[in-house]
Amino acid sequence: MGHLSYESSKKIATKTISILAFITIFEVLFALLGKGYLIEGFHISGWITGFMMVVLSLVKAYLIVYEFMHMKYEVPGLVKTVLLPTLLLVWAIIAFLAEGKTWFNYRERVKNPTVEEVKTPVQQGLIYQSLGQKL
Amino acid sequence: MESDTITKHPHTKTAPSWNGGSEPFKASYGKLMMWYFLLSDAFTFSGFLIAYGALRFSMPSWPVPDFVFSTFPGGFHHKPLLFVTLMTFILLASSFTMVRAVQEGHRENRMGVVKWMIWTIIGGAAFLGCQAWEWNTLMGKEHMTIRVNPFGKHMVAGTYVEGDGHEIKEGTSFKAGASYMIHKHDGEWKPLKFKVDEGPEAGKVKEQSFGPKAFGALFFFITGFHGFHVLTGVIFLLIICVNSFTGLYSARKNGYEMVEKIGLYWHFVDLVWVFVFLLFYLL
Repeated sequence: MGHLSYESSKKIATKTISILAFITIFEVLFALLGKGYLIEGFHISGWITGFMMVVLSLVKAYLIVYEFMHMKYEVPGLVKTVLLPTLLLVWAIIAFLAEGKTWFNYRERVKNPTVEEVKTPVQQGLIYQSLGQKL
Repeated sequence: MESDTITKHPHTKTAPSWNGGSEPFKASYGKLMMWYFLLSDAFTFSGFLIAYGALRFSMPSWPVPDFVFSTFPGGFHHKPLLFVTLMTFILLASSFTMVRAVQEGHRENRMGVVKWMIWTIIGGAAFLGCQAWEWNTLMGKEHMTIRVNPFGKHMVAGTYVEGDGHEIKEGTSFKAGASYMIHKHDGEWKPLKFKVDEGPEAGKVKEQSFGPKAFGALFFFITGFHGFHVLTGVIFLLIICVNSFTGLYSARKNGYEMVEKIGLYWHFVDLVWVFVFLLFYLL
């Protein structure tokens, strides 16, 4: 703010909203195309469409934060104190999605117990009674 | 001191600079704290959305959004994602009108601020209306609740041995991965029976099973929490719009900073919707 004239900031806002609208339409069409709604029998792998969607959404987030919320025009200190903490989320996402995958494996094991015999620590002889006898 | 402030910050002619001489990060107290509030709010939403991701990853199947969200007002069906795309556009448009209000504020144009804020309020209210319609369809017509999720996905190919009287007839075949919705008639769930066509259980007759329970709870809590933010935003926009109209902010001569602050909040609501839209509807 203050760095741009009224006319040029108005132009930037119009340009930004046009890009955001275009990306959104593209995302929706791409999602429908990938799942075979637009062309009969034509599919794109979910991993490819998913990756594209995540990247495009991050572009949208960048445009909203940097242009609409004026982050581009703030001093570096403010930008860092607000944006750097969000990097913690990178690990949170990796860790919890991996956790979800582990839950998935546990569910499979519960449903289909013959796959692998589950031994408790006591059965494996890892835990001893207080008297020192092996169970 | 007074002249210092004037030369440094053209918009804050009379506002004291946090009483310490100069403003930290060249931002007013209110604006900086709004940023930190939004940062903490971002973590709250991230917690919800990451929980959604973890639970979705832990399930063998998950309802297909193109199937679940495919109704449109006026009795239209099989219009995948059309209605939520409309909702997204309404929110984006209201974000744009908010930017315009902030810009008019910077040049102290009172009626310009009021005009664009009214458009923003209309956009926010329209979004809430759409969400109300969406929730009403899911809860009232399709009977999804935070505990029951009628939307499922077939894990194996099969053939229905009974019809539902609408689209599914006896003998209709489906592939693995096909979506279905269990209907409720006269207060009773009517899952359809089908014969499994492939795999180790081929030949067995099974019933449609309910989809993952977590889907309904996650959907209503996360979109509800977002909708609550929109509602709060609309209320604050209304208050600030009235204050702008009465000339309260013109008297402060700080470039309608209050409009800028609620603008930050409003864009944040739009920002969150980008990710809600991504996780619930696109993926």
